[in-house]
Amino acid sequence: MFESLTDRFESIFSGIRGRGKLSEAEVDEVLKEIRLALLEADVNFTVVKNLQGRIRERCVGEELSGALNPEQQIVKIVNEELTESLGGESFTLSFNPKPPTVILMAGLQGSGKTTNSAKLARWAKSKGRNPMMIGCDLQRPAAVEQLRTLAAQLNVPVFSEPTTPVEVAADARQVAKNVGRDVIIVDTAGRLAIDEELMEEVRQISEVVQPDYTFLVVDAMTGQDAVTVAENFHATLELDGVILTKLDGDARGGAALSVKEVVGRPIAFASTGEKLEDFDIFHPDRLASRILGMGDMLTLIEKAEEAFEADEAEAAAEKLLEGKFTLDDFLDQMQQIKKMGPLGGLISMLPGVPKEVRDVEIEDKEINRIEAMIRSMTLQERAEPDIIDAQRRARIAQGSGTNPNDIDNLVKQFSQMQSMMKKMGLGQAGGGKSRKKKGKKGKKGRGGGRTTAKGGVKPQKFDIAELQRELGIPVEGEEDGGGDAGGGLALPR
Amino acid sequence: MDPILIVVIVAVLLLGLLGFVASTALRGRRGVELEPPSAKGKAGLDTPTRVPDDISDLDTLEAPPDVVPPSFRERIAKARAAVSGYLGSILSRTNLDQETWDELEEALIRADVGVETTTDLLTSVRAQVDDANITETAEMLEVLKAEMKQRMQGDRTLHLTKGDGISVWLFVGVNGVGKTTTIGKLSKREGDAGTKITLAAGDTFRAAAAEQLETWAERSNADFVRGEEGGDPASVIFDSIAKAKANGSSLVLADTAGRLHTKSNLMDELSKVRRVADKDPGDVSEVLLVMDATTGQNGMQQALQFTEAVDVTGVVLTKLDGSAKGGIVLAIHDRLGIPVKLVGLGEQIEDLIEFNPDEFVEAMFSE
Repeated sequence: MFESLTDRFESIFSGIRGRGKLSEAEVDEVLKEIRLALLEADVNFTVVKNLQGRIRERCVGEELSGALNPEQQIVKIVNEELTESLGGESFTLSFNPKPPTVILMAGLQGSGKTTNSAKLARWAKSKGRNPMMIGCDLQRPAAVEQLRTLAAQLNVPVFSEPTTPVEVAADARQVAKNVGRDVIIVDTAGRLAIDEELMEEVRQISEVVQPDYTFLVVDAMTGQDAVTVAENFHATLELDGVILTKLDGDARGGAALSVKEVVGRPIAFASTGEKLEDFDIFHPDRLASRILGMGDMLTLIEKAEEAFEADEAEAAAEKLLEGKFTLDDFLDQMQQIKKMGPLGGLISMLPGVPKEVRDVEIEDKEINRIEAMIRSMTLQERAEPDIIDAQRRARIAQGSGTNPNDIDNLVKQFSQMQSMMKKMGLGQAGGGKSRKKKGKKGKKGRGGGRTTAKGGVKPQKFDIAELQRELGIPVEGEEDGGGDAGGGLALPR
Repeated sequence: MDPILIVVIVAVLLLGLLGFVASTALRGRRGVELEPPSAKGKAGLDTPTRVPDDISDLDTLEAPPDVVPPSFRERIAKARAAVSGYLGSILSRTNLDQETWDELEEALIRADVGVETTTDLLTSVRAQVDDANITETAEMLEVLKAEMKQRMQGDRTLHLTKGDGISVWLFVGVNGVGKTTTIGKLSKREGDAGTKITLAAGDTFRAAAAEQLETWAERSNADFVRGEEGGDPASVIFDSIAKAKANGSSLVLADTAGRLHTKSNLMDELSKVRRVADKDPGDVSEVLLVMDATTGQNGMQQALQFTEAVDVTGVVLTKLDGSAKGGIVLAIHDRLGIPVKLVGLGEQIEDLIEFNPDEFVEAMFSE
């Protein structure tokens, strides 16, 4: 149902490509689409209005530079505005130099407070702290029990008593001191923001524990009401930040943007899965892309940088571009990708992947199957899959416990991929000799000075910008202002 | 190393791999009987990390609920008093101009009705208004209300199976929407009405979910069946149907673990639960999607995916007593034809009531 903003722009811009400026009417047309995209992402109505105004101002009369086409330019503007609204900087939690550091968790029912208390405890532990959790949710039956179960996994103590939430909270600091704990995470019961009685209770809890940080836990699926909720909680508790949960679904999370814009407090942490370790400091710039339906390339890049051996990757990239990438190389690279985490998660970060495909849960079992198939091939077969005939297919299938059809599919898919890569690599530097050089230049100049391909008829065919366009990522303007189409990925620098 | 190169490799490899894996995965999904999803693997890590489903104050149940159940409108009006009605302010305008239409659009979008349904709704109302030469805002609002009510007409009965099979009502939804609480309240209600009920603790993931349901079973005097934590939910439901048969209860209320609709393995698991529950003597006569009123546009995806997996027959809209208006259910009904059957308006047992589209719409327009 959702389409990315870039897709939406496609129809508007198809007629007006190559023009230097957008007319006001065209800008309005574009703004309508932006508005729709934001509202569908659950960004609050008022916030959308404000954003629209700011984006309009920047779009009207904006000189469109030759290197970029108008839609990329506008996507870039929108992306920047969103990122800015979300708060450019990531949140930093500084532990109180005079321990303990007290963290209070509040939110609506079912937003994920208990789970995220535990996740936060795990996070604090990973920073070398000694957290403990306080169970102030005495309302929901078995809530404290749930907290204890989670805590047991983390080997973190829990304190709670069947008295009243305020009394439990009042003892928290003393108990933490007794057991030598330096971070206290206070879990509270879920409450409606308009329930005065319960809001008063949480205010009292806050008063007795004197938190260093108060976090509002917000479900990423929340709609327009998120702002009301955040305003009410903020009025009662003086929030320090928001913890955004259930980001592993397909909700765009526009609510988070609204909360930031209206309450002025950053999204501190985001929870992206059911496991306790699926939790980390929130990166505002990445949510912007998500709201716009553009994938999460930055996280992907970061993960890739962690997992890949630079030299190997470079060698592999060269092979890819030459079209000499074999199944054997594929196998190697697959090992690297496996290090980056579950494939399903990675794919969801890729922009431009159709939803049906994105939502297919890919189990590592599947990858193992592919691996088994490749490993059952001889080295020659891996290098030249074309030689695989029916007989070989049967053998490979038997060896890998699959069936010949699967082998056939794999080989077909692989050769498609290969030809795709060849196309991309085509035209770059004519032969093979200057490839190395090109790679290095790519590092420094990002395509500057690459224009002199043999023949010089066309601009570079292999062009990251091209790929980005295909993937729907805005292309950053060339720093060196080079006339050719070479673009760069918007990298965090 | 230029990160761009890495990205290219990753992107291409992922995409290539994806094409292959996805096609096989999709093929596998269409298979007749799926392998039971690996509950073992999941249980270890996931069980306790699931988000709490539920938030009820059981103690309050002890208070004798002999109060007359408040009407939908009273309840909702009480909650709404805290926030100003967006739609109410429109009434103060007399002339029907573009600004009024814009405000109306804003109000509906703010109520989470969604842009598409709002536009569709207003287009239709505008046509009617033009046809009837309506120039006053109040009159136009009546047309709009009528249109909205009309779009929410549907079958709200909670069906029981005909014959002597055992009716199974399956409760599904994402994490934290209030499935277990809804079952508890419904169990009490139906039990009081004289139905012999069995509760099936199909949420084998979340720690203490079964205990929570058991408390409700005790309070509503229902039979209760649970399995091992991390066990196969389908087998819990199967056992509960067998127990219902043996004990002569005619209705099984089956809880399931909250799951995001994007996790296809968990959705497959749910399909299996439904298939198993449908085996004789069981008969799944209701599949109720429990949804939180704060849910935004993602609710549509939830409804789509859950319907695809288990053929949802109705929506239970919970937590409508907050400031959220729950307009997404209008969009869901309008586009998918799934009616809202029950509404949760508070934590008391009598706060789970039949949905009434007239009052829902009126409440949306009340100050």
